[in-house]
Amino acid sequence: MKIHEYQAKAILARYGVATPRGEVAFTKEEAREAAQRLKSHVVVVKAQIHAGGRGKGGGVKLTRSADEAAETASHILGMTLVTPQTGPQGRIVRRLLIEEGLDIKRELYLGLLIDRETERPVFMASSAGGMEIEQVAKENPGAILREPIHPAVGLQAYQARKIAFGLGLTGEQVTAAVPFLLALYRAFIDTDASLVEINPCVVTGDGKIVALDAKMTFDDNGLFRHKELRELRDLDEEDPLEVEASKYGLNYIKLDGTVACMVNGAGLAMATMDIIKYAGGSPANFLDVGGGASADQVKNAFRILLSDPEVRAVFINIFGGILRCDVLATGVVAAAKYLQVKIPIVVRMEGTNVERGQQILRESGLNFTIAEGMKDGAQKVVALAGGAR
Amino acid sequence: MSILVNEKTRLLVQGFTGREGTFHSQQMIEYGTNVVGGVTPGKGGTKHLERPVFNTVAEGVKATGADATVILVPPAYSADAILEAADAKVALVVCITEGIPTLDMVRVSNVVDKSKTRLIGPNCPGIISPGKCKIGIMPGRIHKQGNVGVVSRSGTLTYEAVYQLTQLGIGQSTCIGIGGDPIIGTTFLDAIKMFNADPDTHAIVLIGEIGGNAEERASEWIKANVKKPVVGFIAGQTAPPGRRMGHAGAIISGGQGTAKDKYAAMNAAGIHTVETPADLGSKVAAALK
Repeated sequence: MKIHEYQAKAILARYGVATPRGEVAFTKEEAREAAQRLKSHVVVVKAQIHAGGRGKGGGVKLTRSADEAAETASHILGMTLVTPQTGPQGRIVRRLLIEEGLDIKRELYLGLLIDRETERPVFMASSAGGMEIEQVAKENPGAILREPIHPAVGLQAYQARKIAFGLGLTGEQVTAAVPFLLALYRAFIDTDASLVEINPCVVTGDGKIVALDAKMTFDDNGLFRHKELRELRDLDEEDPLEVEASKYGLNYIKLDGTVACMVNGAGLAMATMDIIKYAGGSPANFLDVGGGASADQVKNAFRILLSDPEVRAVFINIFGGILRCDVLATGVVAAAKYLQVKIPIVVRMEGTNVERGQQILRESGLNFTIAEGMKDGAQKVVALAGGAR
Repeated sequence: MSILVNEKTRLLVQGFTGREGTFHSQQMIEYGTNVVGGVTPGKGGTKHLERPVFNTVAEGVKATGADATVILVPPAYSADAILEAADAKVALVVCITEGIPTLDMVRVSNVVDKSKTRLIGPNCPGIISPGKCKIGIMPGRIHKQGNVGVVSRSGTLTYEAVYQLTQLGIGQSTCIGIGGDPIIGTTFLDAIKMFNADPDTHAIVLIGEIGGNAEERASEWIKANVKKPVVGFIAGQTAPPGRRMGHAGAIISGGQGTAKDKYAAMNAAGIHTVETPADLGSKVAAALK
């Protein structure tokens, strides 16, 4: 789960990470009042969306007065911000962070994530702050410091010093950086984060280390034990169909193709998208209904798939193991009748009670196309969807 | 032969008396797995499915001589269950549970890696040596005893491959679902090494997916060490970057873990790759000729 910058900064501040003074604003007037309270020479107005590259898209502006901050806020609020990470459709800005400006001497990059290979948290740091770490990794991998952390003992002060000296910090800066890094690690662990990124982390003219930007992403599997974090979810930042699907425990990701698919199992669901492409079509979504889908889930899955206006045909690909084909077929028929589905549906079923399942589909009086195997199903559904786009 | 599990394996079920535990224990018993008992704290001393229930894994191991456990408990309790089994020195622990927090697995793997326990999973269908022993939730009847080893990060995609093999009359020595999470016990590389050393495994099927670099690492080792034919597939060629595709571990991040990179590594290692899972069975048949 992603959260906004201002929310991440509030969490980090509780752990003792230094952040600029600032407030969230939802309206022009709130922005003005926040700017007045800051009493800062420079006030920064920052668009809050769940995507990076906001500055490049015109979502971050420096202002010199509360009036100017309010004026700028009214321009940014409601705008569709397009950044390299939002895709061409962009995101509507609904919240702003009104923040004090700082005297920046250096910009650094700091990141914390789980390294899958060593199975440990790892601190990543680079003196190329403001640049995307992926780009640094590509152009100058030697410039990235990596400090793996033993999960049993956590980040140690000597490791924090190693990172600080490695970044070229000196004297008082190192003294300030050590508690900063330790606090960052504590926040990462305590919140079950999967990523904490401070880009840039700045060194100010008076030698302070401050998180100028902050990004936190949480492990969805850990959210059950963090009620306060679950409340930070911003549904405006998610695709409405994905939000709807999540209510029914369905794993759905919207894509931009025309062939909808409904599959059991994440691997098979991915492979089904791939085979649709291989057959010359384009998948409209990823959807894993899971191993024990109920009739109700099947119905809701269908409804969500069909509310995507781009969808021209549906491919149901089920390998019935624990989930029996006859149960699934009954659910599909009921859902198709209830929703009065007009577009073609191709069904490929294999596994437990497959004959009975196919019989139920044939005798339903509905327009199902029954496929023999995945490849046959993909070819049939792509043809019915009107071929390649 | 087979790897890791066979007709001699003695299995304890952790979470034995729960709904999932009961259903899958019945299925495993029906398949012929030697389920010697189960563990549910607080129900020790009772019987379930005509088998003894124990309060702790250690008690169960002592009383039954179990050398394997399968974990069918909710995600919040799974790290604890794995650590308890490792503490009781169980040789093989198969964790089916999906949804365990990654940081729990970071802590668990740190302990398990130093123990005598081999962990399979989590977030996996389990392991089966057809005709001998099934530990997990896979449909037993699609399998057939034989000489192809299958290792995969995905459940239903493994069933797909196994079903095709069985339809073609090609049996399997052992099939392992290693799990779809970012941090797992047994890796592709571990499984490939065991299959390579097993004289009765004549070919290997490797089914990977986007995310991480476990497929690349296995491919490097295969290139240098494996003479047996290996057939490979990677799911997620059309997956958008930065999105978690159902499995917690199936995510392309920072341009790393793409299907393209994995195919390149497999092709460079001489692995017989297929572009769709529909061709896995026929590719194995061709490779075995």
